[in-house]
Amino acid sequence: MDEILDGLTQIDCDILVIGGGTAGPMAALKAKKKNPNANVVLLDKANVKRSGAISMGMDGLNNSVIPGYATPEQYTKEITIANDGICDQAAVYRYAQECYGIIQELDSFGIRFQKDQNGEYDVKKVHHIGTYVLPMPNGDTVKKALYRQLRKARINIINRYMATRMLTGEGRVAGAVCVNTRSAEFLVVRAKAVIMGLGAAGRLGLPTSGYLYGTYENASNSGEGYAMAYHAGAGLANLECYQINPLIKDYNGPACAYVAGPMGGYTANAKGERFIECDYWSGQMMQEFFDELQGGKGPVYLKLNHLAEETISEIERVLHIVERPTRGHFHAGRGTDYRKQMIEMHISEIGFCSGHSASGVFVDEHARTTIPGLYAAGDMANVPHNYMLGAFTNGAFAGLDAADFIADVDYASFDAGEVEAERTRVLAPTKRDDGIPPNQIEYKTRRLVNDYLQPPKVTAKMELAQKRFEEVREDMEQGMYVRDAHELMRALEASTILDCADMAAAASLYRTESRWGLYHNRVEYDRDDENWFCHTILTKGEDGKPAHRKQDVKPYVVEIAEDEKDAYYKQRVGASVAAE
Amino acid sequence: MPLAQTATTVPVTVNDDLCIADKGCTVCVDVCPLDVLRIAESEDGSKTAYMKYDECWYCMPCEADCPTGAVTVNLPYLLK
Ligand SMILES: Cc1cc2nc3c(=O)[nH]c(=O)nc-3n(C[C@H](O)[C@H](O)[C@H](O)COP(=O)(O)OP(=O)(O)OC[C@H]3O[C@@H](n4cnc5c(N)ncnc54)[C@H](O)[C@@H]3O)c2cc1C
Ligand code: SF4
Ligand code: SF4
Repeated sequence: MDEILDGLTQIDCDILVIGGGTAGPMAALKAKKKNPNANVVLLDKANVKRSGAISMGMDGLNNSVIPGYATPEQYTKEITIANDGICDQAAVYRYAQECYGIIQELDSFGIRFQKDQNGEYDVKKVHHIGTYVLPMPNGDTVKKALYRQLRKARINIINRYMATRMLTGEGRVAGAVCVNTRSAEFLVVRAKAVIMGLGAAGRLGLPTSGYLYGTYENASNSGEGYAMAYHAGAGLANLECYQINPLIKDYNGPACAYVAGPMGGYTANAKGERFIECDYWSGQMMQEFFDELQGGKGPVYLKLNHLAEETISEIERVLHIVERPTRGHFHAGRGTDYRKQMIEMHISEIGFCSGHSASGVFVDEHARTTIPGLYAAGDMANVPHNYMLGAFTNGAFAGLDAADFIADVDYASFDAGEVEAERTRVLAPTKRDDGIPPNQIEYKTRRLVNDYLQPPKVTAKMELAQKRFEEVREDMEQGMYVRDAHELMRALEASTILDCADMAAAASLYRTESRWGLYHNRVEYDRDDENWFCHTILTKGEDGKPAHRKQDVKPYVVEIAEDEKDAYYKQRVGASVAAE
Repeated sequence: MPLAQTATTVPVTVNDDLCIADKGCTVCVDVCPLDVLRIAESEDGSKTAYMKYDECWYCMPCEADCPTGAVTVNLPYLLK
């Protein structure tokens, strides 16, 4: 294994789904159900059985809209407000209307959600305004149940192939170029439609531990979705709206105030005092978190030690077995007992991820990108605050629409020279006798991301970043060296990460205002609704560098009253509450 | 520019006595999302799984899915 082999195979399918994490499997299932004759291929860099963010399980549905607890209108309003108004509501509203059906479907797959004594879904309030969190105390079932469905539906699964570039022709998508991660052999997949569900760009910033893989996101999500869409000419929206999360320091997993919050836990400063009213992740909440640290009131903690023993053991049971099961080892190693100590938190590295923020490949309410036949869903598409249920639901929308799209089209022809060019690019690091290994290229890029791109954003620093990235790119293109196929996968990831770093810098420089709290806090500029109440769309320009344009926010489906617009800016706890 | 041999301690360990890679098992290698586990063959021909690349998300499918309980996931030293 891992020896570099020379090989190229071409296969054809009707629908190629790239990424078998969360959105991808649902897209494949829905497309196949709608058109049982369609040849649907689900391809993943890892093994679909255990790939993606939900690899081991999930603690809950963070954004469910369940009748009796919330309405689609309320939800759409809350997400619009949480995103400072920059939101095409149609996609959020459609999600809000249809996600309940998806929950019922997941339930029928055998995925267990928390129910009350009457058998009704037991939804909790975590958000600033509405009630949307549905716990999954047995959430370790999710991936297994999904995999069973894929087998049952006879979806063709291809594991351990990494997609590297999209193929286009005749003004639409034509397929993708993929590389085997254990042999470096190429697979060209021709497809009438392609659905991307490659997850977040999780290896953009460097975790403070310095460990390249100690990321919040599943570290196999290195951002190829963004890079492939970019090189194919698709539009990417609002990339300056970074993902930054409040996490357990060093461990870098969620502290899980969403689990602990409804049971009485909360985020506190060094004195054990509450300083934010709402633990739901948003740019404004992260700004308060940052201010608390900067103001010398940190560290910031998740506080549970005031709770009753039975509550704490239930929190432990959920947090230590389901989503990130090594969390228990981590606390044990440090001697942290929830009964006695608070849990130290910090601010994560930056990334792109609509799952928790709002940036990504631009899609409409059918999950269509700006390239016909090309779809995107989940963390890499720009529907804000997607989370797991958003990945499932928007993945379903993509699958359904793609099933219709392929009915009327044949394969688009593409230029064979594109495949050849990609082969040359991919294999370049295997043709050298020595040089710089991919881990050093990656480390340097990500270290520079931390040094220069992390908010608060400063123009001069971001311009310096662009210069340094150019130098690293030169080194990468002229001198990167790999010894086996595994290292080649890392080399391709390093190149993706550099593309994402370039996009992050360019997008942040373009929007000359501050917005979304900490996510796009540009110290030299205030919020400027007159000029910047719009999306920014980044594409690959004629010169091969990022180009930008503004795009209007579509007229709202659900109106927002003037006095509601700033609700998410009222996060800080007033003096009287803090003294409680 | 020859490459250095910098040592690194790996977070995932496999108990040789329990591992049945000899019988053809490759479960942990198959499921790892980062693809960092491999099967080593020693001089006497016996096989064991081991962590070949120090690139671990400490996520645990390897430990959870191993049929004999041979795998232990610890935290990478840098963030422990
Ligand atoms: C630690 C953690 C905890 C979370 N907790 C919750 C929670 O409690 N509740 C909630 O609602 N949401 C939660 N989320 C968010 C939720 O899990 C994600 O939003 C959702 O799973 C994203 O789905 P996805 O399909 O976009 O990405 P993923 O499920 O991550 O899938 C991406 C897939 O793409 C594959 N891939 C990547 N690159 C390539 C390539 N080049 N070629 C081929 N395949 C590729 C990967 O292997 C992976 O299988 C959490 C996320 C994390 C990371
Ligand atoms: S899964 Fe367990 S038994 Fe099988 S190869 Fe890995 S360590 Fe050995
Ligand atoms: S903990 Fe996760 S990343 Fe590490 S070896 Fe096991 S499966 Fe692979």
